[in-house]
Amino acid sequence: MNGFAQALGDGAVVAKRNLIKIKRVPDLLVFSTLSPIMFVLLFAYVFGSAIEVPGVDYREFLMAGIFSQTVLFGATITGSGLAEDIQKGVIDRFRSLPMARSAVLVGRTTSDLVNNALVIVVMSLTGLVVGWRIHSSVWEALAGFGLLLLFAYAFSWGMAIVGLVVRSPEVFNNASFIAIFPLTFVANTFVGTANLPGVLKTVAEWNPVSAVTQAARELFGNTNPAVPPPDAWPLRHSVLASLLWIAVFLVVFVPLAIRQYRRAVSR
Amino acid sequence: MADAIVAEGLVKRYGSVVALDGLDLVVPEGTITGLLGPNGAGKTTAVRVFTTLLQQDAGRATVAGLDVVTDATALRGRIGLSGQYAAVDENLTGFENLDMVGRLYHLGKKRSRERSRELLERFDLVEAADRPTKGYSGGMRRRLDLAAALVAEPSVLFLDEPTTGLDPRSRLGMWDVIAELVAGGTTLLLTTQYLEEADRLADQIAVIDRGRVIAEGTADQLKDQVGGERLELSVGSARDVATAGSALARLAIGEIVVDDRGHRLTVPVTGGAPVLVEAIRLLDGEGVKVLDVGLRRPTLDDVFLALTGHGAEESTTGGSAG
Ligand SMILES: Nc1ncnc2c1ncn2[C@@H]1O[C@H](COP(=O)(O)OP(=O)(O)OP(=O)(O)O)[C@@H](O)[C@H]1O
Ligand SMILES: [Mg+2]
Repeated sequence: MNGFAQALGDGAVVAKRNLIKIKRVPDLLVFSTLSPIMFVLLFAYVFGSAIEVPGVDYREFLMAGIFSQTVLFGATITGSGLAEDIQKGVIDRFRSLPMARSAVLVGRTTSDLVNNALVIVVMSLTGLVVGWRIHSSVWEALAGFGLLLLFAYAFSWGMAIVGLVVRSPEVFNNASFIAIFPLTFVANTFVGTANLPGVLKTVAEWNPVSAVTQAARELFGNTNPAVPPPDAWPLRHSVLASLLWIAVFLVVFVPLAIRQYRRAVSR
Repeated sequence: MADAIVAEGLVKRYGSVVALDGLDLVVPEGTITGLLGPNGAGKTTAVRVFTTLLQQDAGRATVAGLDVVTDATALRGRIGLSGQYAAVDENLTGFENLDMVGRLYHLGKKRSRERSRELLERFDLVEAADRPTKGYSGGMRRRLDLAAALVAEPSVLFLDEPTTGLDPRSRLGMWDVIAELVAGGTTLLLTTQYLEEADRLADQIAVIDRGRVIAEGTADQLKDQVGGERLELSVGSARDVATAGSALARLAIGEIVVDDRGHRLTVPVTGGAPVLVEAIRLLDGEGVKVLDVGLRRPTLDDVFLALTGHGAEESTTGGSAG
């Protein structure tokens, strides 16, 4: 077996181990879907009546934003899972085995991708219940979901670095909470960027989360062709911009995460 | 015979704490070496360097002839590790834990399963095999962790305090397993704070304190190093203490230590059992009332105390981070 195939095989073994946890502790999945469901309901019914989005129904507009936020939170499991494994000594066990150095991270990010896919299914059903509809073709819709998941996957490599550095799941959870809220709110997720004040508007327009949200919205057919996106390059070319962000995340985060993993020893 | 583990001048610092301070060690193939030392002595740190979890700041080490830094990957395929704290995944069953380790040692699907079942049997975990380890007792986890270290039948095995936290019966069971393993040719480096454990299992003991080896040898050699036999007796009264003292002066090869309050005497002697017979004859001749008498060799506890200046279990050096 060559090195690459072996690395994939090792990654699959680790991913399987993580997926068993989802099966054994279903609460994890339940809670990671409950909060986004709550968000859908709150935004749709409480804020929905007060927020105006030109050209489309707010619930249609909202869903792509909630999807983005949810998959990013889903990606943080990568960091907390790794921190927990360090704390429990499981990483020590892995590091003493003749397995590929990338396998723990590949396995972790892959199982979190599967987790995110499950969450998206639940979220979509909730969305359909509150009146969200997909107006595009099946292929476009699948591309939309794929893009969201790919974005979250790339992001989870960044979360892996943070988890390996802080080494405590509690600290990681607090830190990621503080980081993800502004990242997903200073964006076009819940309101349009048009009315944001000066600097905030620029930040929101160039926020990677905005690009992927805009792309998902377009791919689901939740935009009104009569109302063009704001005049910012990443929003005008949202699919391309999203793909670029994904590539950048992977190129930067993957090697850094593997480097950090090599050094991660529990105390 | 080749050496399975060689360490030369290993140094590892954590900020201002020097965990390893020029550690030298040689473990011949197929033997058990006990690394004995108080809390914070550097036992776990040494094991981590040998198992490639940690890189030393200076010095070099080889395991199975492979350098811990430059040949780390190949080395990992030859060793098994059971760390100080059981590293089992609590959401997986006992079987799944072992099978995962087997797959990561690249045993192949079939072989990995067979081996996992075999080990569960051997460690008396068959009944619990298909339950998540979350529900295992501490002793069961410990056994599973040891089983995980054995999955690939490693040629060099590292066990960091393998019996800490086990009840006396499980400890005996663990000792049997360990003895059996080494009979099969495995080299073992074992750390322990239990002198009895080192005495019983190890062919060779290295006493380490503050990151360096301060004494080395078989249990017997270490005992001889701190002193030979001594006669210990307690008598009925203070007057008897004085009489006994002068009666036994002839046999003593060193200073007789007298504890008046307990009416006890410690007499360094040489010559084994005949000395004991002679002593009793002399005491009887003087009409001394002897309550208890015995010929004792120093225990490893004495060795430990003499070498480190503090007892094994009541050490005060440093934290117990491990
Ligand atoms: N990650 C770490 N960070 C800082 N100091 C450490 C770390 N690991 C160990 N030390 C320190 O290094 C020294 C040696 O620790 P080590 O764990 O090797 O001792 P030990 O002999 O295994 O002790 P114990 O019997 O308590 O397990 C101790 O003073 C300890 O506090
Ligand atoms: Mg230790």
